[in-house]
Amino acid sequence: MTSDLESRAREIRFRLICMSHEAQSAHLAGALSCVDLLVALYWRILKIDPSHPAAPHRDRLIFSKGHAVSALYVTLAKLGFFPEENLARYNQHGASLPEQPCPQMTPGVEWATGSLGHGLGVGLGMALASSIQQNPHATFVLMSDGECQEGSVWEAAMLAPKLKTAPLTVLVDFNGWQATGRSRDIMQMEPLAEKWTSFGWDACEINGHSMQEILSALEKPRDHRPRAIIAHTTKGKGASFIEDDNNWHYRSPSAEEVEKAAQELGIA
Amino acid sequence: MRNAFADEILKLALADERIVVLSGDIGNRLFDKFKAAMPTRFYNCGVAEANMISLAAGLASSGLRPVCYTITPFVTTRCLEQIKLDVCYHNMPVTIVGTGSGLSYAALGSTHHSFEDLAIMRSLPSMNVLAPADAPELRAAMRWAFAQKQPAYLRIGKKGEPVLTEDTNFTAGRWQRLRTGSHATLLACGTILGEVLAAADLLAKENIQVAVWNCASVKPLDFDTLSNLNPAPVFTIEEHSVLGGFGSAVSEFLSARNSPPRLIRLGIPDEFLHDCGEQEEARLHCGLDAASLSSRIAAEIA
Repeated sequence: MTSDLESRAREIRFRLICMSHEAQSAHLAGALSCVDLLVALYWRILKIDPSHPAAPHRDRLIFSKGHAVSALYVTLAKLGFFPEENLARYNQHGASLPEQPCPQMTPGVEWATGSLGHGLGVGLGMALASSIQQNPHATFVLMSDGECQEGSVWEAAMLAPKLKTAPLTVLVDFNGWQATGRSRDIMQMEPLAEKWTSFGWDACEINGHSMQEILSALEKPRDHRPRAIIAHTTKGKGASFIEDDNNWHYRSPSAEEVEKAAQELGIA
Repeated sequence: MRNAFADEILKLALADERIVVLSGDIGNRLFDKFKAAMPTRFYNCGVAEANMISLAAGLASSGLRPVCYTITPFVTTRCLEQIKLDVCYHNMPVTIVGTGSGLSYAALGSTHHSFEDLAIMRSLPSMNVLAPADAPELRAAMRWAFAQKQPAYLRIGKKGEPVLTEDTNFTAGRWQRLRTGSHATLLACGTILGEVLAAADLLAKENIQVAVWNCASVKPLDFDTLSNLNPAPVFTIEEHSVLGGFGSAVSEFLSARNSPPRLIRLGIPDEFLHDCGEQEEARLHCGLDAASLSSRIAAEIA
């Protein structure tokens, strides 16, 4: 029963393409690849309340691939964390939606990311706090594949299984590209899931655009280990002319391209 | 001083359940009592100091009060971005304690020297920077830090530092005058205070009377005292590079004033030290022992 989620994902993708056009902002393709992960998390898994974004017992999601935060903003707006009209001022000076996230400025944003590799260590701290304070909640960290090149990720990954923390889940948006090329051409990425397993995590690989697989991976019973979900995705997913073309790491769409995307996504 | 740290954090944590101790795989026996009393509030984060800082920020965001402890270079230069972004940018109340600062581990060489930590840490917005002179002042500074809701960096010694202060009410931004004198003002920052007081005694024998201040608060500076500082000339003394540390901070403030006093910064020269022996010999090499300090000061005053 995932058609509502798939429809939501199309809606969010279209909004992202429009926003990138209006704000002439970069990082569209990396935002599009993680939409299904965000929709599954925010509409099925996370225990959060948009009217109480700072509730102590809320689940935490750290959007660690901060450059793609536009995807998070649209998600949060659709859920009612802030008025959807605010999206029109995305990336504008003085607006509450800066191009790299800032928790002081935007309800629902847990951490100011933008320099890759910080989210997991911070999330590990939040998960540990949950256990120390006996304040049960879950912690999720959404990362990119390029981000897994940062050494700080592996410091956190190696420590996590030794700490008795509340549930901690990493989702890697493995879209195969980074700023200047395919991630597997630049560093020895694969076998990525095995790397996490060897670090003591409960790791699995999924199709990051299948709601069924995403929910399955998130909902299956846990053991004592932290969980890593390696989600194979397509950078720029949603519009054929954006998919798997790394120019879209940087460029924004024209009005015609927005129209073409609307047709492909089935948006009226 | 590290024993005083361990003892004081135990006391503070028994009274405040928010306090959590994180160690970068050092000081293990030091925290035996802590671990026995509060096993869920001590974590050895391993030889992974950058992650220790991020972890601390995550703990602090949930309302806990973490303290990160390891040898100074490993909890400063090694983790700078994590301190800058996860701690300072988010204004997380994380207390960072660098042990064995300056020349405390002189014999271990440059990997264990910290001549730049004050320079780097004071350049970060939100960070309070404190260099207590002895164990009692360290304890008071710790009590101050945990009563605030801001990041703090404490630069401490290792062991054997003489007790020089009677401070029990530490406040950031306020220095203590320990001696008065009319020929010069000495501003001592951190555990070098012992050498500075001894230097003052040597100078007194030559009928040179110098004022001596204990300046543990590097950021914020004691602006009131600096605004009324006399007599000139002023000397700053620190077991830190002459570039960028306490002396430079003082110089930044004084240089904007009308007719600032002449300021001479004494500290570690801008070089790596090789084969300099233990702390005592290293201080001699750098001219930071009492005898060298007194002759350098006398020469400037003459």
